[in-house]
Amino acid sequence: MELLSFGDTGWGDELFFATLMTIAVSIAAMAIGFIFALIFTPLKLSKNKTLNVIGNCYTTIIRGVPELLVIYLLFFGGTGAAMYVASIFGYDGYIEINAFITGALAIGIISGAYSTEVFRGAILSIDKGQFEASKVLGIKKNIQFYKIILPQMLRLSIPNLSNVWQITLKDTSLISVTGLVEIMRQSYIAAGSTRDPLFFYSVAAVLYLMLTFLSMKLINKLEIKYSKGY
Amino acid sequence: MISIFPSLLSGAVITLQLLVSSMFFGLIIGLIFAILRINKNPIINKFAYGYSYFFRGTPLLVQLYLIYYGLANIEFLRNSFFWVIIKEPYWCAIIAFSLNTGAYTSEILRSAFQTIKKGYIEAAQSLGVTKKITFYRIQLPIAIKQSLPAYGNEIILMLKGTSLASVITIMDLMGEARKVNVLTFKPFEAFITAGIIYLFITFIIHNIIRYFEKKYGFQT
Repeated sequence: MELLSFGDTGWGDELFFATLMTIAVSIAAMAIGFIFALIFTPLKLSKNKTLNVIGNCYTTIIRGVPELLVIYLLFFGGTGAAMYVASIFGYDGYIEINAFITGALAIGIISGAYSTEVFRGAILSIDKGQFEASKVLGIKKNIQFYKIILPQMLRLSIPNLSNVWQITLKDTSLISVTGLVEIMRQSYIAAGSTRDPLFFYSVAAVLYLMLTFLSMKLINKLEIKYSKGY
Repeated sequence: MISIFPSLLSGAVITLQLLVSSMFFGLIIGLIFAILRINKNPIINKFAYGYSYFFRGTPLLVQLYLIYYGLANIEFLRNSFFWVIIKEPYWCAIIAFSLNTGAYTSEILRSAFQTIKKGYIEAAQSLGVTKKITFYRIQLPIAIKQSLPAYGNEIILMLKGTSLASVITIMDLMGEARKVNVLTFKPFEAFITAGIIYLFITFIIHNIIRYFEKKYGFQT
């Protein structure tokens, strides 16, 4: 327990801030994923063949390759690409992209693919009669989407989005390979300097369990709140 | 591009080995824990639930580190014959992956067991079929057939999970790709080629599962 005390002697405060970092990265990744999902869901549902293929490629490729690969590609490839762009503008120094941004982007791209599938399923499960009814009432396409489809889509996706959130939360542990100090990285450092990996990785496991448990409780509350009247 | 292909393929072989052995052990573990989960004894039940909760609630990387770095810290394990196994990163990876996929498999099988219509079991009972035969001949085959689609997803998730073996020095497909990246400084070639190989394996697994689903598909 002494190892977990706050202050200079223990790892408590470090692990606490690492936990906050994990939460921050997860939320950022989830938000980026939403943006991707909102772009790619219409593509997947579109009747245009080309758009359809683009949407399908995104979800198939991202869900078919390891998460670690996406992270490495962005981390190593991103630096190279940024340096290449900079060299065009005459800057030849080394550029290091922030680990938080690359990490959140990489996990965001992954969680976006899962969110896309969730949204697509939700829209498909909305009764066709509602589209027809709004058409008959002469409601414009974009108002139909914002006022009728979107609210229902979000409500229907909450249970599946909670799964995506859990996956995202656990995937953030992979960002540790790029050096961002979140729970996993911090326990790695602590385990290295105290030579007690068993203890610190157990602590990491407990922290992750706590996060998944608490977020489940929160999402269940949301689910009850938004399914009122159904 | 062509020159890096052989080394990546040799990595892919390791990836497949890891996948096949962890799926094999994982299936056995999953089956055992699924049976424990539907047991009516609350202690056994809770134990199996705790197992699956832990392994589904923590990242695979934590589990891998716990087994690879953590177990080596326990004195009596280091002095016992288990040391032969847990000092090898390859076996640690297989243990971690099997336990992880076992937890997910147990959940898949449990839900399959619970959705079996009561009528089947009642019919078997009224025909005087013993409990044991009902389980092996009726419940188990139906559960396996019903869980095929979800199990297919689990295989693909595990394929992606095996890439974590590269962080504990195993030269699987991901490890080879990292090596190529370090040696040639060509991240895009290395990782995109590896990605294509991963996608290809995913595609094959997907089709095999689809074939089995069609062949043994079960309509209730």
